Amino acid sequence: MEGVHRIAILGSGPAGLSAAAHAAARGVSHILLEKSDHLSDTIFRYQRGKHIMATPSQLVVRADVSFEPGKRETILDTWSNEAAKHKVNVRYHAEVKSITGTRGNFSIALSDGSVVRAETIVLAIGTQGNPNLMSCEGGGLAHVQYQLDDPAEYVDEHICVVGGGDAGIENALGLIADRAQGNTVTLVNRGADFARAKEANAKALLAAQEAGHITLLTTAETTLIEPGWITVDTPEGATRFQCDRVIARLGSAPPRKFVESIGLEFTSAAREAFPKLSPTFESTVPGIYVIGALAGYPLIKHCINQGYDVVEYIGGAVDLKPADEPILEARLKGLPGNRSVAQWLEFLRQEIEILRGLSPLQMREFLLDSDVRAFQSGDVVFKRNSVGSSLFGIASGSVEVEVGAGKKRMTVPIPTGSIVGEVGLISGRPRGATVRAAEPTILLEIPRIAALRLMASVKEARDTVNRITTERQLLQMFGSGLTPADLTDVLETAEIRQVKTGEAIIREGEDGYDIFVVRSGSMVVEKEIGGKPVFLSYLPAGSYVGEMALVDGGRRSATVQAAIRSEVVRLDGDRFRALLKRKPELEEKLRADMADRRKVNGYIEEQKGKFGDVVDMYSAVADFLVDQGIGEATDVLLIDETLCIGCDNCEKACADVHDGLSRLDREAGRTYAHLHVPTSCRHCEHPYCMTDCPPNAIHRGPDGEVFIDETCIGCGNCQRNCPYDVIRMDSRPPKKPDLISWLLFGVGPGPGEPDKAWRAKNKTKGAEPPKVAIKCDMCIGKAGGPACVRACPTGAAIRVSPEEFLTVKRMNRGD
Amino acid sequence: MAKTAKTGERSNPGQHDGFLGYRNFRWAWRAGALCVIAIAAYFLMDAEPRPNGGSVFGYAAGTIAALLVLWLTLLGLRKRAITSGDWSLKAWVSAHVYLGLAVMVVATLHSGFQFGWNVHTLAYGLMVVVVVSGLFGITVYAILPRYLSRNRGETTQKQMLETLKALDRQINDAAQPLSEAQARVVQMSLDDSRVGGHLWRRLSGGHGGCGNRRALSRLSGLRRQATDVQVQMLDRIEELLQRKAAALAQVRRHLQIRAWLSVWLAVHVPTTIALIAAITAHVFSVFIYW
Repeated sequence: MEGVHRIAILGSGPAGLSAAAHAAARGVSHILLEKSDHLSDTIFRYQRGKHIMATPSQLVVRADVSFEPGKRETILDTWSNEAAKHKVNVRYHAEVKSITGTRGNFSIALSDGSVVRAETIVLAIGTQGNPNLMSCEGGGLAHVQYQLDDPAEYVDEHICVVGGGDAGIENALGLIADRAQGNTVTLVNRGADFARAKEANAKALLAAQEAGHITLLTTAETTLIEPGWITVDTPEGATRFQCDRVIARLGSAPPRKFVESIGLEFTSAAREAFPKLSPTFESTVPGIYVIGALAGYPLIKHCINQGYDVVEYIGGAVDLKPADEPILEARLKGLPGNRSVAQWLEFLRQEIEILRGLSPLQMREFLLDSDVRAFQSGDVVFKRNSVGSSLFGIASGSVEVEVGAGKKRMTVPIPTGSIVGEVGLISGRPRGATVRAAEPTILLEIPRIAALRLMASVKEARDTVNRITTERQLLQMFGSGLTPADLTDVLETAEIRQVKTGEAIIREGEDGYDIFVVRSGSMVVEKEIGGKPVFLSYLPAGSYVGEMALVDGGRRSATVQAAIRSEVVRLDGDRFRALLKRKPELEEKLRADMADRRKVNGYIEEQKGKFGDVVDMYSAVADFLVDQGIGEATDVLLIDETLCIGCDNCEKACADVHDGLSRLDREAGRTYAHLHVPTSCRHCEHPYCMTDCPPNAIHRGPDGEVFIDETCIGCGNCQRNCPYDVIRMDSRPPKKPDLISWLLFGVGPGPGEPDKAWRAKNKTKGAEPPKVAIKCDMCIGKAGGPACVRACPTGAAIRVSPEEFLTVKRMNRGD
Repeated sequence: MAKTAKTGERSNPGQHDGFLGYRNFRWAWRAGALCVIAIAAYFLMDAEPRPNGGSVFGYAAGTIAALLVLWLTLLGLRKRAITSGDWSLKAWVSAHVYLGLAVMVVATLHSGFQFGWNVHTLAYGLMVVVVVSGLFGITVYAILPRYLSRNRGETTQKQMLETLKALDRQINDAAQPLSEAQARVVQMSLDDSRVGGHLWRRLSGGHGGCGNRRALSRLSGLRRQATDVQVQMLDRIEELLQRKAAALAQVRRHLQIRAWLSVWLAVHVPTTIALIAAITAHVFSVFIYW
């Protein structure tokens, strides 16, 4: 057994390597344990030649390893050299099985049976987990691999891919993509179908099978691997066939289980929760520290800095200023109050109700994402109908919300500690009211992602936001001089309900008089006329439904179902009736809204009697659009194919406006009754692409456009998350010669996206521009608006929002 | 014209009207007004000895017509340079169509109905060709898009071609066990079922002697001399050839409609360039030799 190390570091990624390098530089006894045979396995597994970016750009790196944006190979080489230079004590093939002991005397058992002893432990194992291994006989042979860097590498081989998830399917399809490589590929899947994979992948795989390019073995299990051969157990019996290479993609075990097994607590049971940590990265087990992605910091720069910091903390540093201190100082400079960064953090945490559950470390991270702003009395915080999804916490002072318009205009005060802007956050729709500072006020502006992360990890924050949101939404929607006090009774039994796409919250003909408020998503109202369901209207988030049965009594007159996964608030009918008795103005408002709705319904029923076909068509088109995800869109490109001549000027204009890359595929996509929904961004209320963007590069612009800024690191998460396939990964093509030289002298590729051949011929030598995510930004900031629509010669291309488009007005067009 | 966009001329992304009916036929009304004024002026300003291009009205009408022709030509630039400004191509096309028709009236009045075998009438004739080809373009634009849409359904052109390739592969694989004589028939489909081709073939959509069709028609003959096993294989081949016939019909129809949608430009654009040359000659000759 070796001696006791001062620090044992688990994982040699950017965080672990930086910690080890700093320990080495300080002459602290240490050991760096790495399960593979190379440093930084996660980055090692990146595709060859991948460009790695360095964000956030304003953050300085303070560590003994350096980091500049560049190619995967360059960065890995630099780190290897620096590890050697600092004489980092690395132990490869050191997979940790268990950790026992306490601070000062930990025993780390490795899978080879040996034990490493250390006084403190730094966990820097990331979140990738370990790939699940082949458990059958021969699983340890050299030709069994768990990743595929470059499918083009393999020629004329018999390859067996094990695993029917996305990774396995994508690998298998990659290997047969170029038939000239001559690979014979077999895919072995344990299940009968490919339910775990994306539909597109599964379809492509089955098509490849039909074409005879790949053999699929389902309900099959590998039983034996020998050099050159593999045996697979299938329902028809065991089969042994030639196999030069096994690629096993069996998923990976998330590290949480391991982390919990050594006694660390997590902030919550939620999947996205992180270990509980002190400001010095110490976990709930004294002596064990957590840094890097596992601690909730997926960006390389953060990881590297934390490696340095954690060694300082272990060395006893108490007044170590984090590397991000200058950023926070700059951000807080010029604000009234003359507080230090630490004082600000504490002040905000104490004052703003929803932040009270945060740890100081979380608070720090939180402030890096957020912005503190001071307002003078009367300053506008945000305007009604402007687009914004950030949440504001009131740290001091108070604000006034302007509700209603004209004579009915009134202001509602909101005191210190509360929040504003939550409706935009929840529903993704434009701001519902103008908010001004009522006195000198300090607000914390929390971007949507940070707010959602906060709600996911801190239950108190979630409950508070939900309560306030529902109350405010009701006040704003109903107006009628209601006050929060009036609603207490109704809100007591209010219930937030998740509704799946297509699920009905109200059914035609049933009893019931509860009121439903659409909190997020959207609903469609349908009525059965002449034995067919007919589309009546579309309800975006922020509307209510169910008032007819409540006010007039009787059964439900129409069916209301979710156009897309939605959230509704159910308000108890009896309590709401009591409220109507107390507030006749509210009943009046409900009756007025109801009269409008009745008129629309009556009109459609009347038309249906006279011109059944027109109504059927209107209803069918509306249903088609809802099926195409229009229910969660805020602005979508449609093409009227009775006008489209197929000139692709829309695509060309798109490419010319955006660095030569088109963000739209006109021909692809669904069509119904000559109405075509091309493959192009719908600017969803709650963009899927935003859900997991490590550098937080996806934002919503002032006109509702969802766009990706230049801090994109090209990870491809958004592309994978988008259910509409509208994001592509590509690098910026070389600059084209101008239009006149093309027109007169034929120089360059002409308008539109240059073809691959021209791009390859004209690229600048050496520098491969990084691939980044590319999507429609609705031509943000361009005076004329979206180029696709402007460039359409015949008027076929239009951009619409669902609430404008899904109305009876369309019926009169007769198309 | 619509170069510097006014508020009313802005592209409205949600506005759903075609180029002909753009903003309640705004450009039809304006072009109509231009024609009415021109006709009224023609009859009111009595030129001596007879209406001709050299009168005050004649010069005015000629200048207007020539400037209009130049502006109409700029559409070719406009549709390729989208990036700046906030104009809409639909508005331009709308103006192009109606002002283009108005040019016909203004230029005819400018001529004073004097025609002869000279460069002046040449310019006039070229203009008539341009306008008539344009009218043809408007007609196909109004009629064909819905057929293009109906024919392709939700299939893209790329997918259509890929389907053909996939079918060819399957036909090739299925034909491997056949006898040489049988395989020769199948080979016809693989070798000689082109899509596209020269302009006339695309416009007519007819592919006489299409290899796939010939292979299909010979299949029943082959069946008579085939063994039972071979008949089964031929059945499979026939199914594939039928599918290929349907795929060929779709892609040929697609290319046919697209050809009709663009063929008129092959007259419209070169004639426009010839027209501008002729107008230049016309103007020079008038000022130098008259």
